[in-house]
Amino acid sequence: MWEYTDKVQQHFLTPQNVGEIEKPSGTGDVGSLACGDALKLTLKIDGNDIITDAKFKTFGCASAIASSSVLTEMVKGMSVNEAAKITNEDIALALGGLPKEKMHCSVMGREALEAAIADYRGLKLPMAEGEVVCECFGVTDLEIIRAINESSLRSVEEITNFTKAGGGCGKCEDKLRKILQETVSGKSEFTIPQAKPKRMTSLQKIKKIEEVLEREIRPGLKKDGGDIELIDVDGDFVIVSLRGACKSCAKSQTTIKEYVEKKLRELVFESLIVEEEN
Amino acid sequence: MAAQEKVVYMDNNATTQVAPEVVTAMMPFLIESYGNPSSMHTFGGQVGMAIKEAREKVAALLGAEQGEITFTSCGTESDSTAILSAVRTFPEKRHLVTTRVEHPAVKNLCENLETITGHKYRVTRLKVDGEGMLDIAEYEAALTDDTAIVSIMWANNETGVIFPVEEMARMAKQRGILFHTDAVQAVGKIPIDLKSLDIDFLSLSGHKLHAPKGVGVLYIKRGTLFVPFLNGGHQEHGRRGGTENVASIVALGRACELAQEKMVEENSRVKKLRDKLEEGLLATIPKSMLNGHKTERLPNTANISFEYVEGEAILLYMNQHKICASSGSACTSGSLEPSHVLRAMGVPFTAAHGSIRFSLSVYNTEEEVDFVIEKMPAIIESLRKLSPFWKG
Repeated sequence: MWEYTDKVQQHFLTPQNVGEIEKPSGTGDVGSLACGDALKLTLKIDGNDIITDAKFKTFGCASAIASSSVLTEMVKGMSVNEAAKITNEDIALALGGLPKEKMHCSVMGREALEAAIADYRGLKLPMAEGEVVCECFGVTDLEIIRAINESSLRSVEEITNFTKAGGGCGKCEDKLRKILQETVSGKSEFTIPQAKPKRMTSLQKIKKIEEVLEREIRPGLKKDGGDIELIDVDGDFVIVSLRGACKSCAKSQTTIKEYVEKKLRELVFESLIVEEEN
Repeated sequence: MAAQEKVVYMDNNATTQVAPEVVTAMMPFLIESYGNPSSMHTFGGQVGMAIKEAREKVAALLGAEQGEITFTSCGTESDSTAILSAVRTFPEKRHLVTTRVEHPAVKNLCENLETITGHKYRVTRLKVDGEGMLDIAEYEAALTDDTAIVSIMWANNETGVIFPVEEMARMAKQRGILFHTDAVQAVGKIPIDLKSLDIDFLSLSGHKLHAPKGVGVLYIKRGTLFVPFLNGGHQEHGRRGGTENVASIVALGRACELAQEKMVEENSRVKKLRDKLEEGLLATIPKSMLNGHKTERLPNTANISFEYVEGEAILLYMNQHKICASSGSACTSGSLEPSHVLRAMGVPFTAAHGSIRFSLSVYNTEEEVDFVIEKMPAIIESLRKLSPFWKG
C-alpha cells in the first residue's frame, strides 16, 4: 500500500474541476491507455492572458488523479507566463509530496500544462520531436534529459520513477545510463550558477539570451551568411527569427533545435523552448 | 452512509484470516510447550509428537504419506527447494518447462537460473490462451531429454484458472522428467489426491488456508531423488535444516484438518457466493468482463476487468467502504506494467489496468456479497466520469 499524504487522499476522493471546458483556449492531452495513465487538461484563458478556468479528465491511479486535480487549482487565476513556470516538483509539493515511484504522475501534470499552453500559443512542443528512447512508454531523450536536469536525477531508477522510461521491458537501460552520464557530466562542464533558473525574471532571461546569442551562436551562423534575432521571451518560450542565408535554409528547424536551443539550454536555463517566429 | 465498521475481506488469494480453531491449537506451543522437538527430554519430545500429528493431517489433506511431507517457511521456499533440487540432481540437464503465468516465486527463480548461469539453462514458458488455458500439444512438444524439471502451478493466483496438472504430470513421468506444481492456491480449495498422481513435488503455503504466515510445505513423492536447499541439522528427516516453527506447524496441521472438513462448503456455498458476486457485477456494470476460464477455475476467485478505469483508483475507492480486494494494474504492483498473467492472456490494455480480483473464503457471507454488488457500480461510474477515455 502506498503512503499517500492527506492532501493526495483529499484530491483523489473529492477531485476538483473535473470535466472538459467547452471551446477551450488551450488543450493538453498526454499519456495513453496503454501506459496506464492519461490526462486531458483544458484551459480557459482571457484577453489578459489570465487562466480563468481549468478542468481535467484523468485515467490513472490515485496520485495521477490528485496531481491533475491540484494542478487545476494551482493554475486558476495565474497568468499564462506564471503557469508556464510550474514544475512537476511544484505539483508534488502542493500535494505534500508523492511516493518516489509515483513522481511520474506529477510529471504528467506538468506535461499536460505545457501542452495546453503551447496549444494556446499555437506552438508545437519540442519534446515530441526528440528521439524515442523508451519504446514501451514512448519517452524521448529530450524528456529524459529535462527530467534529469529539473529534478536532479542521479540514477536510472530515478529516471524510471519520474518519466516511466525503462519501466517496461527494460531494454533501454543502457541508453538511459548513457544519457544520464552525458547530462550530468555536461552540467559540470558549464558551471551554471546554481540559482534556481525558474526564478529568473524575463529581463534577466532576455539579457542572458542576448549575451549567449552574441557570443556563442551568431559567429557560427554569420560564417554561413546567416544571422539570428531574438523576438520575444515568454515564460519558457524563446521566440527567434532567422535572418539572411539561414532564413531560406531547408535545415532551419535543425539549426534552431539542435544548435540554438541546445546552446541556450546549456547556458541560460534548462527548460527553455526555442521557437521560430511565424 | 452510516459508518460501516466491518471489513469486507475478499482478498483471500493474498492471504487469509487465521481460523479461530487454528489459533486455539497453536497457542499452547507459544506459551507452555516451548521445548525443542529434537531434545531428549519428554518436555521437548512431546512437541515432536505434535509435529508428527500435524504432518499426518497435512498428508491426509493431500492424499499423501506423512513421510512425504517436509515443513518449510513458505511457498516460495518450497518452490525454490523443489526446482533447485531437480537441477542439482540432474546437473547435465539444462532445460526447464514452466508457464508464462507462474507466481513470481517460480517465474523469477527460472529467470535467475537463466541469467546467473550465463544462459546455460534454457527455459520454455508455455503460452496461455485468452481464457488463461494451456495448450497440451505445446506442452508435450516442449518436453525433451534435456528437461530437468517441469514446474507448473495447479491454479493461477490471479484468475483462479486450474491447469490439468494430473495429465501433465503423467506425460512428464512417461518421459522420465520430474514434475513440480505450485499448489499454493489450490490446496484447501479443490480436492487433491497425490497418491494416485505422478506429481513429484508440490508446494503449499499455510497462510493461504487459514494458518498463519511463515509456514509452508514441500511434498516430495516417496522415492524421488532429493537435494536439500537449507543444509543444517537433521530436522525434517534431514531434508530441511533449521529448528521447526512448531506453533505454526501445529497450526497448519489443524488448518488442513479444517480445510478437509470445509471442502464441500468451499465448493458449494462459497462457489455460489462467488458466482452471485460475479454475475451481479457483470450484469450491473457496463463494459466489465471476466478474466479467465469460466468453469475451469477455483471456486473462490473472480477476476473482473472494468474498462477505462485504473485498478489502484478502484481499490482505494473500495477501501472507503472497507472492501478489500486486489488488482492486476501496474500502479498497485509498484511496477509500471500491468499483471504478467493478464498480458500473457492478451487482455487488452483498456481492461488489464482496470482488473480487480475478488477472492472469497468460507468466512464470507451473502450480506457481504450483496454489499459489494451494491457499492461497486457507483465506484466504477464515478471513476469513469474522471476518465478521458470513457464516452458513456
